[in-house]
Formats: sequence, C-alpha cells, structure tokens
Amino acid sequence: MSMTLDTNKKIGIFLVCAIILAVLPFAVGSVLGNAWVRIIDFALLYVMLALGLNIVVGFAGLLDLGFIAFYAVGAYAYALLSSPHFSIHLPFYITIPLGALFAAFFGVLLGTPVLRLKGDYLAIVTLGFGEIIRIFMNNLNAPVNITNGPQGINLIDPIKVGGVSLGSTIEFAGLSFRSVYLYYYLFLVLTVGVVIMASRLQHSRIGRAWVALREDDIAAAAMGINIRNIKLLAFGLGALSGGVAGGLFSSFQGFVSPESFGLLESIMILAMIVLGGMGHIPGVILGAVMLTIVPEVLRSVIGPLQMNTLGRMVIDPENARMLLFGLALVVMMLVRPEGMWPSKRRKAEFRHAKENAAQKG
Amino acid sequence: MSLLQVKNLQVSYGGIQAVKGIDFSIGKGELVTLIGANGAGKTTTLRTLVGMVKRSGGSIEFDGKETAGIPSHAFVRHGLAMVPEGRGIFGKLTVEENLLMGAYVRDDKAQILVEMERIYQLFPRLKERQRQLAGTLSGGEQQMVAMGRAMLSKPKLLLLDEPSMGLAPIIVQKIFEIIQMVAAEGVTMLLVEQNARLALEVSQRGYVMESGRITMEGEAKTLLDDERVRNAYLGD
Repeated sequence: MSMTLDTNKKIGIFLVCAIILAVLPFAVGSVLGNAWVRIIDFALLYVMLALGLNIVVGFAGLLDLGFIAFYAVGAYAYALLSSPHFSIHLPFYITIPLGALFAAFFGVLLGTPVLRLKGDYLAIVTLGFGEIIRIFMNNLNAPVNITNGPQGINLIDPIKVGGVSLGSTIEFAGLSFRSVYLYYYLFLVLTVGVVIMASRLQHSRIGRAWVALREDDIAAAAMGINIRNIKLLAFGLGALSGGVAGGLFSSFQGFVSPESFGLLESIMILAMIVLGGMGHIPGVILGAVMLTIVPEVLRSVIGPLQMNTLGRMVIDPENARMLLFGLALVVMMLVRPEGMWPSKRRKAEFRHAKENAAQKG
Repeated sequence: MSLLQVKNLQVSYGGIQAVKGIDFSIGKGELVTLIGANGAGKTTTLRTLVGMVKRSGGSIEFDGKETAGIPSHAFVRHGLAMVPEGRGIFGKLTVEENLLMGAYVRDDKAQILVEMERIYQLFPRLKERQRQLAGTLSGGEQQMVAMGRAMLSKPKLLLLDEPSMGLAPIIVQKIFEIIQMVAAEGVTMLLVEQNARLALEVSQRGYVMESGRITMEGEAKTLLDDERVRNAYLGD
C-alpha cells in the first residue's frame, strides 16, 4: 500500500517538474524577457558541464582544475566541422558525438600521465593541461591556420533538426518558438540524458569502485579493481559530457574563441560542484543553476542600485559581483562546507569528521 | 599437492634484501600462520604473493600455476584474496556496499546474494548494520566486514595481514574467534601475525620468520611448546 502511494507521489513530482520545465521558457520569456531565456540555456549547459566534472571530482575523487579544456575541445570540434572556416558543414548528429569522443580521447590522454598523482599534484597538472589547450587554440593559426587564433571562429552553423534550423524562429500551434526557446528544449533533452547517465553510473558497480578508490586505493586493488582503467574511465566519461556541452555551446553562440575557456571557467564549474554538494547529482544541478543565475541577477541589480542610492558608480558592477561571489564562497565554506544539498553519505562524512575533531580537541 | 608452493622467494627494496630466499607451502583447507617480529619480512612476503611487491627471485606457484606476470588487481580473479593491514574497510560505503565490493570481479548476481545471506548468518551483527556506513562500526565489526568481504570473492586462499594490529586485547580475542569461524567454513588461510600465541593456537601449522629467513617450521602445537619460540615470541 505504502509502496504504491510512494510511486504515485514520485510520478506526481515527476509530472509537475516536467510541466514546469516544459513551460519555463515561455513563462520566463514573457515576464523577464528573452535575455533571461538565454541565461537559462546557459544554465543548462553548465549543468551538463558540472555533472561531467562531478564524475571526475565528486565520484572518483580526482581533483581536476582544467576541466574547461574538454568543453573547449568539444566546442572547437563542432566549430571546425560546421562553419565556413574550412567550408565544412557536417550535420550536428555527426559533429556533436565526434566532438564528445574527441573530448573523451583528450580526457584519457590527460588521465594517462597523471595516474600516479594525487591531491594537489593532480590539481596542478590538470590546471596546466587546461591552459595548454587554451594556448594551443590561441596559437594554432600559424604556420597553418587551424583555429584562427585569438580571433576565434565565426558564423558557426546552428543545429538543424530535420531541415529546421534552431537558429530561426518557428511558428507552431499558434506559438512562436524563438531560437533561444528551441535551444532550450534541445539542451533540456541532453541534460536529462547526462543526468540519467550520471545517476546510473553512481549506483552501479563502477560507482562503488570509484568511492572505494577515493578512500583507499590499496584496498580497492585488493578487491580486484583495476585502478588504472577505473581512473581513466572517470576522466573519459567526465570529458565526454564536457565535449557534448562544448559542441552545443558552439552552435548556440555561433562563435568560439580561446577567451571563453580560461582558468576562471574551470574554477567556476568546480565551485558549482562544491557549493551544490559534491557527488550528489541534485546538489550539483542546484549549484550549477545558482551560479549561473545569481551572478546575472547581481549584474542587473548592482549598477542601478548604486545609481539610485548613491547617485554614482562607486564600485564597478563587475568587480562588485566577484567580490560578493567570493564572500559567498567563504561564508558557505564556514557555515555549510558539505554544500547546499549534499548527499546523505557526504553529510555523514562531515558529521563524522567534526565529531572526531571534537574528540581529539 | 599443495595449493600454494613458494620456493626460494627473494625480495629487495633498493639495495636491502627484505626476504632472503624462503620456502613454504600451504595445503588446501589448512590454516597456516607466519609469525615473527616487526620487520622480519612477513608483510613483504604477503604483498609479494599478491603482486603488490615485485620479487627479485624464486618461484610462487598458486593452484599449480606460476604467478609471475599477473597484475595485482587480477589476483582476486585467480582466487587469491587479501585482507590488508588495518583491514582496508571502505568507511564511506555501507556495510552492504563493502560486502558487494568483495564480489566486484564476479557477475553471478543471484549466487552473490545467496552467499551474502550466508555471511549475515555467520555475522548477525552485520545484518543489523547493513545500511550503516562501515566507518562507524567498532574494530571487531570492521574485521567482520573485512572477512565477509574477502569471502565474497570466493577465494581459494585468503591472506590475512596482521588482523590484530592496533586493537584492544578484548577485540583481538574476538577477531581470532572470527578467524576460526571462517576457517570452519573451509576457507584456506595464511595468517601473518605478531601475536604469536593466538596465531599458533588457531592454526594447524606455523612458520617463524626472522630477518628475512624462515628459521623454524612445524605443527602449531609443537611450536607452541618449543623452548626457543616460547622465549622469543611468547614471553615465557
């Protein structure tokens, strides 16, 4: 009896979520304007990125500070294969999977030399890797022009589904679907795909092996876990979702340049995971959405607020935004180090650590 | 024919020879102990058996086959499981998940569940705590998890590295009871211990190791009565 009630409740929650997500762009678009629909599109891209990085950092416990490199690889793969730059115009169902595979390949490529590194050392090498990719993108315009250097690649094809370009406005059933709306639905479908992949992984034998590896690699090997393969799998699968998000970004923006793939972006994605709740999929989604939307809210509030109250700009809005953001991070780490919405396991870990510290103190 | 046959095993760390050519064997169904002081080379020997440390010479035959070249993570698949020093429990996994890790290399799901029930029968405490994080268990309960987990890999030979290390005497007593329970299940074991008295009391045969060499071997009872063993290891 209680079982059926429970399932009914679950189906109810699922339906409500589905309806909200389905009408979200129209609601947001009509109340706040289409610029905010665009921001929601970006939030979905960041959810995909954060979930990808979460596989590496949250599940397998490998601190990666260069994750944006895989986003860059996916984005450039799409840009080079679907733009006037090389006059190649492949359809998205080839370029996006190709970009994702390419990113996964780079993930394994990064993973191989860092297999023996842990903690800080691993973080430094991955950080370097991220920068190397960005610098490559920046300089591969000579002697042979591959990436068009700092100018980036322009006029990238929008995604076309069955002859319909997502870059245009479509009239359907009396509603007008703008490009940002169309991309919203595409991103939503793929985000759901990434969520399903991540949650299936987490509760699988592989997911348990990652937890084991995070905790005690000697004991993990004694269980018969092939440490090398399981680490490379984490890097590869994480990079795969990064690559998908990159390809989508490329088509959505219509333009890529190395500037979009700096260190700060990597740190931002890591912050989404840490703030949301490392290793916990709902928490990571929450973190990604919050960290995409809150800065935009601040951007639209800080400037006018200063003008209205002080009559002039005292702090540049961009600086104020970073200041507030930094402050929020520090407060969060003091008050709730396990994140906004941590998993039960992680909550228990933090409680345990605190108790141990109290006993020792 | 013995299950494990080690001949002239040598292991060096850098220039220092930790194991200087030892011979021993374990028959099917036996509980054999390897005792000796700290630094005698016991743990090194054990780690060499599962490929975690490279040997510099000698042969190890397990189940009739030479083990050289098998990577350390593949030993479980061959039926050689180890409970590492300090138990190697995954504190952030639940008891149940820990046990499932033992069956990591197996894919006969239905059979795994049957055997898991058997482990719970053997250690009812674990059944009570199956959803609890293993890190919150007591030392004795953690040893039960470690033993149960190792048994779920269906080992032909189970290696135990210093199961009593760092534990209170009352828990040590409990742990040796657990070892005897597992032995009664018909699991072949090699027990490496510093607590010589308890180790010899539960074992059938024993080897005494001193600075990289095996200096004595025989029936556990005989060793317990041996003058030299009593003086050096039993504190009589």
